[in-house]
Amino acid sequence: MRLIRSEKISEAVEQLVIDANYFLPYDIVSAVKEAAGEEKERKAKNVLYKIVENYKTAKKGEYPLCQDTGIVVAFLEVGNDVKIEGDVYKAVNRGVENGYKKGFLRKSVADPLTRKNTGTNTPCVVHTEIKPGNTLKITIMTKGAGAENKSAVKMLTPADGEEGIINFVTETVKKAGASACPPYIIGIGIGGNLERAPYLAKKALLREIGSANTNKEAAALEKKIFKLLNKLNIGPLGFGGMTTALSVMVETFPCHIASLPVAVNVQCHSSRHKSITI
Amino acid sequence: MKKINAPLDAETIDDLTAGDEVLISGTIYTMRDAAHARIAEMLAKKEKLPLDFKNQVIYYCGPTPAREGNAIGSCGPTTSSRMDKFTPMLLELGIKGMIGKGERSTVVKDAIAKNKAVYFSALGGLGAEYARSVEKSEIIAFPELGPEAIYKLEVEDFYAVVIDDIKGNDLYSMFHFS
Repeated sequence: MRLIRSEKISEAVEQLVIDANYFLPYDIVSAVKEAAGEEKERKAKNVLYKIVENYKTAKKGEYPLCQDTGIVVAFLEVGNDVKIEGDVYKAVNRGVENGYKKGFLRKSVADPLTRKNTGTNTPCVVHTEIKPGNTLKITIMTKGAGAENKSAVKMLTPADGEEGIINFVTETVKKAGASACPPYIIGIGIGGNLERAPYLAKKALLREIGSANTNKEAAALEKKIFKLLNKLNIGPLGFGGMTTALSVMVETFPCHIASLPVAVNVQCHSSRHKSITI
Repeated sequence: MKKINAPLDAETIDDLTAGDEVLISGTIYTMRDAAHARIAEMLAKKEKLPLDFKNQVIYYCGPTPAREGNAIGSCGPTTSSRMDKFTPMLLELGIKGMIGKGERSTVVKDAIAKNKAVYFSALGGLGAEYARSVEKSEIIAFPELGPEAIYKLEVEDFYAVVIDDIKGNDLYSMFHFS
């Protein structure tokens, strides 16, 4: 058994939320640069280059990438040989609260009914998985509401098949249109059940941009949907162009013989996430 | 690129067409979900409003906290459609411009044309860059709403694109339908 103190978790989370909000992952910057080189429309090109400029400004550490510094999603992969001293959920939330204060980040979490802001950007959403080993991996995603609001889940049936999946994804992206800050990264969860599909879709967003699923059928579907989305002419920030999606990533899980759950998590171009292994 | 001043006059608005890129200088006011709801409540109760909306430009934005010595934190646009429910009310109050991002409802687009106003998109997800265009900021109403308070901003060369103009043109529908 390896002992990890909860203070250590708080400190790690505090740094992760700050880093995630100021430093855009380099795979995303590269994908944006590449798209800028390929775009033909002037407005589209201009927007993509400005995204790169914004990344450069934010990484100086004074202004976060976006004013919507998000609700925090924390993914914990806990090794089964790890013993955590103290309350792990309290530790994660303490890290979020401290990070949002120290990093001059916006507090964007409110009670769903009274709409009163909690003032601390907590609580955050925590997902926990138990894995073999004696380490703790923490991944922080700071997800803006513009894109999260356009995400969707639908219970399709086996007869809907691949065509049904493609139609649902396309409709969801069309509805997101210019509103959720394209070019998008599209995470798609297929299978499981009502709550598993959106979890898969969100986790897909953590993959490296442009990476292919190791499953042959899933990889083929990613490619097909990617091509279709980039024909919609939504383009960077909706001003038209060939870059509507930077990446489409599919994750699957077996499902009931009677169902075909599908979830689409729309991610804006400012895809902020960071991991650490303790 | 057209250089325009806020608040907006009729002549400036007449000259704007969907697709135009503009640099806005002058005074604009931030307002998002909660501030819109408050204004609606105050109107219903016939209370005195915190500002005269005539000819003003409203910016759908909730900035991050400013560091010492800075005018503001990150301050890009939020999704405009969430404000659609309140927009005809604000147009009746006299606003002439809105800055946000994304598509508006048909009702709002009609109200924009009818009230001879204009809807701009700022560039979403570029909050750090937009901080450079803000020279001064001051909370003028609802400080208890935190990032959702109404901020009066003095801006210079604030980049935006005209989406909906007085002739009823809509830039987004020239490319795609949602």
